[in-house]
Amino acid sequence: MRFEAGTFTPAPGRGPLGRMLATQVALETKLALRQGEQVLLTLIIPLALLVGLSLLEVVPLPEPRVDSALATVLALAVMSTAFTSQAISLGFDRRYGVLRRLAATAVPRSMIVLGRLGGMAAVVLVQLVVLGAVALALGWRPGPGSPGWALLLVVLGAAAFGAVGVLLGGTLRAELVLAVANIVWFVLLFAGGVLVPAAALPGPLAVVVQLLPSGALAEGLRTALLGGTPALGHIVVLIVWAVVAGGIATRTVRWS
Amino acid sequence: MSGSPAALSVRGLVVHYQGRAAVDGLDLDLPPGSVLALLGPNGAGKTTTVEVCEGLRSRDSGEVRVLGVDPAGAPDTLRARLGVMPQGGGAYPGVRVREMIGLVAACAADPLDPDWLVDTLGLIGCARTPYKRLSVGQQQRLALACAVVGRPELVFLDEPTASLDPQGRRLVWDLVRALRADGVAVLLTTHLMQEAETLADHIVIVDHGRVVAEGSPEDLTAAGADRELRFRATAGMDLELLAAALPEGCTVSEPSSGSYLVEGAIDPQVLSTVTSWCARQGVLADDLRVARRSLEDVFLELTGRELRS
Repeated sequence: MRFEAGTFTPAPGRGPLGRMLATQVALETKLALRQGEQVLLTLIIPLALLVGLSLLEVVPLPEPRVDSALATVLALAVMSTAFTSQAISLGFDRRYGVLRRLAATAVPRSMIVLGRLGGMAAVVLVQLVVLGAVALALGWRPGPGSPGWALLLVVLGAAAFGAVGVLLGGTLRAELVLAVANIVWFVLLFAGGVLVPAAALPGPLAVVVQLLPSGALAEGLRTALLGGTPALGHIVVLIVWAVVAGGIATRTVRWS
Repeated sequence: MSGSPAALSVRGLVVHYQGRAAVDGLDLDLPPGSVLALLGPNGAGKTTTVEVCEGLRSRDSGEVRVLGVDPAGAPDTLRARLGVMPQGGGAYPGVRVREMIGLVAACAADPLDPDWLVDTLGLIGCARTPYKRLSVGQQQRLALACAVVGRPELVFLDEPTASLDPQGRRLVWDLVRALRADGVAVLLTTHLMQEAETLADHIVIVDHGRVVAEGSPEDLTAAGADRELRFRATAGMDLELLAAALPEGCTVSEPSSGSYLVEGAIDPQVLSTVTSWCARQGVLADDLRVARRSLEDVFLELTGRELRS
């Protein structure tokens, strides 16, 4: 006999919630930082843009350039992680049945969602630290009060993009999610107010862009990091996207 | 509470899926510490039934009690007592084998040692391989590890050996036997007759969402087993006298030259009639046997021979 008697004697029970959550967050963070395409999206491209925008004068940016560049890449980083990366991984996680797998364990379902959000937050934190450090090396000096506003905007931006990302990744087929999430990322980067500030876009587009989470987040961050107070409108736009997309997502997202 | 409840009790389960009844009034009973095999062709409603019991799917009507608890709404306290191997497994595409077992182990209060499981289930060579690069058989063994790591009282195995090689199948069979010996109840679905016959205390054959037969493996294969007797002898014997000597309801024929078939209720009297008739003819009845049906015969007879999509 391969198994000794008593090996499988039942001793069921749920593990400590804190340990369950910590294990899931740690694992999801590791997975996100281990996957080449995701790292390209969440760290490499933002880093390249941070350096490029700070040192090369291709796109018109308010001075000091590194402050504007940091604002731009922070918005991009949040969009990449919370929206594109999140949607794609959710789409494929559903395809590979991991949500059903976890739903069949003792983990309460709310904890599974919390674990995902935790993983996403951890990646954003890594982005903030890495991008912040590189910006410091490039001559960025945090102004008085601005990091607080910037942090609030990052949190709201992650909520807005995260909600849209979950809505996308949780409802469509994995391949479709992959395509849509990447196209939307590309469009928002160039025409959504991230790379090119709203003011530099043609009239009607400048207005529309500020109603998008990308435009609201990037414009808000640019104001905050250049020492100003972000417009209330930008904050409201992010909250509305988070609440509306989140509300639809809770009703429509499928676990498999 | 009176005594220990059945591991599983299902009464009149009905589940509609895309406008048709995938499960249509199903009853199941699984006593504690025993093995129940749900046997049926593709689309018979096996997986749907299991998913309802696991709390992963809602039902339209019927009573379901899993370890005495209604799985609807899937209370966490109940799920902590179950071990689930979903069909096709389930893991993050990029997760490594050891990491996935570790995650599921972290959900349990007193899990088995994940490293021991990795080793025992023959996954040591791919412990660091991402899930999406595993072979289907490796994925299946990982799913099995995840199903038992939490030391559950009741284990659901949905087609646990569907893509395994013979060695892998033996491993799963050993595991199911060990679970049973240690007092764990097991519900497994399969369309492998041999698997059901080898492992199960009780077999339920389902088709079109209904139970078409059930019983112990012996019950199922014995029922109707005494319906035919075959023997070989000289070709072209005159069967008229034998037919007259046989009890009413029994017929005799020579389906192929020298091969004789007696159909009807075969009892010792019939056997003796046939052998003494042969003796009177001065021939030796060769290769004389009462046919015993295999579970496969029973299964095909009940569920039809046509292919299912």
